[in-house]
Amino acid sequence: MSHKLTDGGQVLHVGTLARVEGEGGMHLEIHDGHVTQVELRIFEPPRFYEAFLRGRAWTEPPDITARICGICPVAYQFSACMALEDVCGVSVPEAIGTMRRLLYCGEWIESHALHVYLLHAPDFLGYPGAIEMAKDHGPVVERGLRLKKVGNQLMTLVGGRSVHPINVRLGGFYRMPSVAELRGLRPALEQGLEDALETVRLVSTFDFPEMQQPYTYLSLRPASGYPIEAGRVVTTAGGDWDVREWPQHITEHHVAHSNALHATLDGEGPYVVGPLARYTLNHDRLSPLAQQAAAEAGLGTTCRNPFRSIIVRAVELVEVLHEALRIIDGWRDGVPPSVPVPARAGEGFGATEAPRGVLFHRYTLDEAGTILDAQIVPPTSQNQPSIEADLRELAEAWVRLSDHDLSHRCEEAIRNYDPCISCATHFLDLTVERS
Amino acid sequence: MYTSAAHGKPTLAVWKFASCDGCQLTLLNCEDELMALAGAVTIAYFPEATRAVVEGPYDVSLVEGSVTTPEEIERIGRIREMSRLVVTIGACATSGGIQALRNFGDVAEFRSIVYAHPEYLSTLSRSTPISAHVSVDFELRGCPIDKNQLLEVLAASIQGRRPRVPTYSVCVECKRKGVVCVAVAHGTPCLGPVTQAGCGALCPLFARGCYGCFGPQDTPNTSSLADRLLAQGMAHEDVMRIYRTFNAASEPFRQESERQEHALAPTAEGEGP
Repeated sequence: MSHKLTDGGQVLHVGTLARVEGEGGMHLEIHDGHVTQVELRIFEPPRFYEAFLRGRAWTEPPDITARICGICPVAYQFSACMALEDVCGVSVPEAIGTMRRLLYCGEWIESHALHVYLLHAPDFLGYPGAIEMAKDHGPVVERGLRLKKVGNQLMTLVGGRSVHPINVRLGGFYRMPSVAELRGLRPALEQGLEDALETVRLVSTFDFPEMQQPYTYLSLRPASGYPIEAGRVVTTAGGDWDVREWPQHITEHHVAHSNALHATLDGEGPYVVGPLARYTLNHDRLSPLAQQAAAEAGLGTTCRNPFRSIIVRAVELVEVLHEALRIIDGWRDGVPPSVPVPARAGEGFGATEAPRGVLFHRYTLDEAGTILDAQIVPPTSQNQPSIEADLRELAEAWVRLSDHDLSHRCEEAIRNYDPCISCATHFLDLTVERS
Repeated sequence: MYTSAAHGKPTLAVWKFASCDGCQLTLLNCEDELMALAGAVTIAYFPEATRAVVEGPYDVSLVEGSVTTPEEIERIGRIREMSRLVVTIGACATSGGIQALRNFGDVAEFRSIVYAHPEYLSTLSRSTPISAHVSVDFELRGCPIDKNQLLEVLAASIQGRRPRVPTYSVCVECKRKGVVCVAVAHGTPCLGPVTQAGCGALCPLFARGCYGCFGPQDTPNTSSLADRLLAQGMAHEDVMRIYRTFNAASEPFRQESERQEHALAPTAEGEGP
């Protein structure tokens, strides 16, 4: 809703942003036809994870921090494992890393299918949500639900359940799935790969506003393969550093309008994490199948239009379904489920690629393994300044639209980032002020 | 039985308080049932899934999350007024969730640990369940809730009957499934004997002890289990921690964790109870 201000300015206020995970809003001020102020407001109440982790045992963060986000719990579990194993001087055997990658593929499939089909596609096809969209596009919604389901099946097989899996521990897993169990999922995953390729074809036909982002992109890049569960940090500004150097490069700021902390890179302002960053920095690491799908969808080796992130998510769906099948075909029984991770005093760092971007954890332990200090930098708080910068540019171009249309377009621009507000707190209601 | 005259079908609303979104995601995870559900009820308010809003009142309100801000106390009051049935989904809404760990600490200190400008925040000193503020018709347990139990509760709500959700312990589920007892056979610490069933004995199936994410069963003997864990060599601090996770503020688990805490730090009168 909009109302006039006493100074002649105007405010547009939009209620809770729909089809995002968590609670937030947006505030726009427009004076003389120009956007003067943009704030993403994160209302998601603070839950104080970093505070109550102090005094807990070093073995507990994988289960506790999973509860930061029901959409990407595996990201929290694995970033926590990496950081705590780093403190304790343990590196897990390659096979355990591979099984982590497989579970993570399940989370990417579930999360990307949810975002592409249930949250984002209705914007492009002109529906308030997927359930309404199903009346005219039944087979499309059915395909999305089928993809989401196979992601959840993979998470349930490896992790025990899809929301807050119970099978992850420091050093590995409680129980390894067998070759027979994994092969049982093959037909559903093969169907999933077909569905993912069809998804790339579908979303490439959508209409996209023209926009080129100038921001620095940041992602992980492992020794081989597409970045998921590990890697060094690389940026489009030429940065290439170990996750242990994170605190020297990334600074978090607390701003008044948000319960999420804003992050900046090397003191130079906004940077972007997530599918666009991963794709642009790691196109050469995609499988030939995913590269071909991307090329047929009209994507180059880089992508700087945030509206086209839906195509990149679809290409990543192809990649992780292909990867899950590859891992399953190469799996052999007899891998011990975990290695011991005895406590050790010190500081450790871990980062993995959540579906919506890099998630960083840092812990300090005493010699008994009690947590003295914890720091968690979720993807949405890293993207928040860039989302605001996008909105400033877009709202300027859309300033003549009605408040109703303007707020819808701005919401769409926010959904480009697949923001997870539950994670970021430590996000949406839209207000526009005009004069 | 419960039908809203305006729509001919019962109306469903989904509300979020302090939480991780995992329990409402469980509704979207009903991939095989979602379209049938959307046919049986009018999904009137569910911002995570659709921007379409049907004005209340609502027949069934599913509430996720705990109450942690002054604004949320007012909001849950308004939701109660416009809902025939209020059903809480998950550990946050039912017992305060993991964020209720603040109830055992100092929120002012918590704020300053996480935020550079604590003055920007509006938050309460305690995380409380929905039932601390309004009457609740049914509380569905779990961190996260179980998909099949959610479908049962929705079906029961529409049909106007009591949901068939067991209140016995995880041990019963283990025995039914023929899972070897991890506590007896392997000495693995397990909260199964005091935790409500519903997960399908998931952790023991994965060779892991139950960590209590469905909260206390009906009349749990938390002290007896604590004594056994101590006898097996766990420290008071560790026993305190295992009772103090996702259902830390549920009454039986809170009492037991505080008993362990007192044993850990003797009071002026000597050892704790």
